[in-house]
Amino acid sequence: MANKITLTIDGHQVTVEHGTSILDAAKQINIKIPTLCHHEDLCVAGNCRICVVEQVGKQTLTASCATPADNGMTILTSSPKIRRARKDIMALLVSEHNTQCTTCYRSTNCELQILSAEYNVDNSIYMSVLKKDDCEIDKASWSVEKDNSKCIRCQRCVRTCADIQHVNALAVTERGKDMKISTFMHLPMNEIVCTNCGQCITHCPTGALTERRYYDEIWAAIDNPEKHVIINTAPAVRVALGEMLGYPVGTRVTGKMVTALKKMGFNSVLDTDFTADLTIIEEGTELLGRLKDALVHKKPVSLPMITSCSPGWIKFIEHMYPEHLGHLSSCKSPQQMFGALAKTYYAEKKGIDPANIVSVAGMPCAAKKFEANRPEMRDSGYQDVDAGLTTRELGYMIKQSGLNFQDLEDDDFDKIMGESTGAAVIFGATGGVMEAALRTVYFLITGRNVPFEHLNITPVRGLEGIKAASVKFENCLPEYSFLEGVEAKVAIAHGLKNARIIMDQIAAGTSPYHFIEIMACPGGCIGGGGQPIPTTNEIRQKRIDAIYAEDMGKPIRMSHENPEVAQIYAEYLKVPLGEKSHHLLHTKYRKRNRY
Amino acid sequence: MADTKELINALSTKHGVERRSLLPILQGIVEKENYLSKESMLEVAKVLDISAAEVYGTASFFSFLDTKERGQYVIRVCKSMTCDMKGKEEILSTIESVLKIKLGETTQDKKFSFLETNCLGLCEEGPAMLINDDYFVKLTPAKIREILDRYLRNEI
Repeated sequence: MANKITLTIDGHQVTVEHGTSILDAAKQINIKIPTLCHHEDLCVAGNCRICVVEQVGKQTLTASCATPADNGMTILTSSPKIRRARKDIMALLVSEHNTQCTTCYRSTNCELQILSAEYNVDNSIYMSVLKKDDCEIDKASWSVEKDNSKCIRCQRCVRTCADIQHVNALAVTERGKDMKISTFMHLPMNEIVCTNCGQCITHCPTGALTERRYYDEIWAAIDNPEKHVIINTAPAVRVALGEMLGYPVGTRVTGKMVTALKKMGFNSVLDTDFTADLTIIEEGTELLGRLKDALVHKKPVSLPMITSCSPGWIKFIEHMYPEHLGHLSSCKSPQQMFGALAKTYYAEKKGIDPANIVSVAGMPCAAKKFEANRPEMRDSGYQDVDAGLTTRELGYMIKQSGLNFQDLEDDDFDKIMGESTGAAVIFGATGGVMEAALRTVYFLITGRNVPFEHLNITPVRGLEGIKAASVKFENCLPEYSFLEGVEAKVAIAHGLKNARIIMDQIAAGTSPYHFIEIMACPGGCIGGGGQPIPTTNEIRQKRIDAIYAEDMGKPIRMSHENPEVAQIYAEYLKVPLGEKSHHLLHTKYRKRNRY
Repeated sequence: MADTKELINALSTKHGVERRSLLPILQGIVEKENYLSKESMLEVAKVLDISAAEVYGTASFFSFLDTKERGQYVIRVCKSMTCDMKGKEEILSTIESVLKIKLGETTQDKKFSFLETNCLGLCEEGPAMLINDDYFVKLTPAKIREILDRYLRNEI
């Protein structure tokens, strides 16, 4: 029992592991202590003080999140003294807060607002000390808006950017009453090393950090009869959107989502999964080409090759490891492939002037907004993707449309560019792109399916930060005889902290891998910066489970079997990595400022 | 900028490139360049391989690590209540009239910056002020004129 601690909380004895905080010990016996600066993804800060409890025998109150449980402690979590203290702390926080809750994007989903209501805070106790200067919202970024007037300085964003993402774009600046969360020399968010991943948004307890919203423009386009408005939705959206609309976490709402979007007036509701399958063909071919160049032609090629689907990751490598951009696949992300094809292939097939197409992407992502606005993403002759909406924005649009979401019938995606496979669906979870690629690449090389039960390549799945696996190619088809007996080593990293570990290996020349999948957000897209708030590991796992269930339910589960993919190569693209592909589906990267 | 780079290289050789080296490096830059320019903070970030936001966060916490351009001599008059009661206002207006700048400003020739500071701990000898690291006490308008005159004539 040396490692066990026994203490008493509100009269109940509880035994916990050594090192457990009072907060977590209380949680184990279902006693809820309010928190604001605390987040299970992040290190302890102990700076908001709302979690204070009374420790019998001690005069001052104790921050329960930052104090380890100790043997024989007697803790009170609810007493007149504590209620008074918490109410006072709340009132002080509110006195510095822009309390225009009615017009706040995070209203009803704001931790400060909820606690303030629970404690019925009287805002007349303290005079408002909200500073006028702080009310100016930084709207310079395509992805992230920062409103200091809503900030409670809990530093969850700072810790997120540091601990989870190793970017440190946000820091605590100045001191005392002037202290604020800001950037290098208070530069606007578009001029700093921000990757636009949006993790700071999903970790913010209030409306201080939000995504830049575009839905008013989309409503305007829908209302314009001259515009043909299409939307494609990413796989991670369908397993999380339900959380915005009254469903428990992990509910798949694919069919209802499609119905809702059609009823809202989108002219065509399509599936990003179509271009996810296309990505697998293009990227798989690219990988095989690089392997052939290395093994047969003995040419110097950049291996390992790294995936390029995650725009947060792309901006990260452009800032942090610009000398290694050659390792990236040249494939655009599925969103951008979709956009480029929407205003070319789709427009041609449907006989619509691409100038009148408004191409919207429903994404679990904040960085997709920036990606859509990259100047190079205009290969169709127009801006390929007109707007990237987050899952949250889609949820609000559905609410605004007055639909009773839960009563909607299921419907299927429209055609063309609406067909997908299970391989594309799993793009939404960490390891998914790798698994989809392996399913197809293994088949291309050997003519057989991957040797895993039900095609489920379980070693690449799960929430472990970096996963490694290997696949041996045997009895290869004649065309791929150069890979006979080769053991392909792959790795998967999610969260940019883990991406950095992978990149440092590559920089040091010690990376043992051939192919690596990297996603900016922990858990992959299902934990993206555009997903419903909150996101915790438990929530990530449920969304991942839903993704794999969706995969298992698909009649086709390998990208190369997608009939629409076969069709687009036959009718339009001709061959993977062909001239059209190069023009529409591939891109280049650039060096960005490192600090 | 080449000079700044050299300076930062020398400072990082002396103090190391650990996270804890940040503060002495920043102090070393201010000692030579009077303030932390954007370029110098970026260079420190590069040398220590930490984010520029972190460098700025640390710099902006300390009053004596200026991130705005400052003159060769930074005058800091104590703004504590004791110095105030002993005639700080008159000291401020004398400095204003001698240097022809207002509080918070820097002379055009970048020779002087004129600021206030929190308590210098010299209350019994107030009003007090600092010029860079040197302190001056029991200030009077005449004494101020005499001190500034010496600085203006480079007799320090």
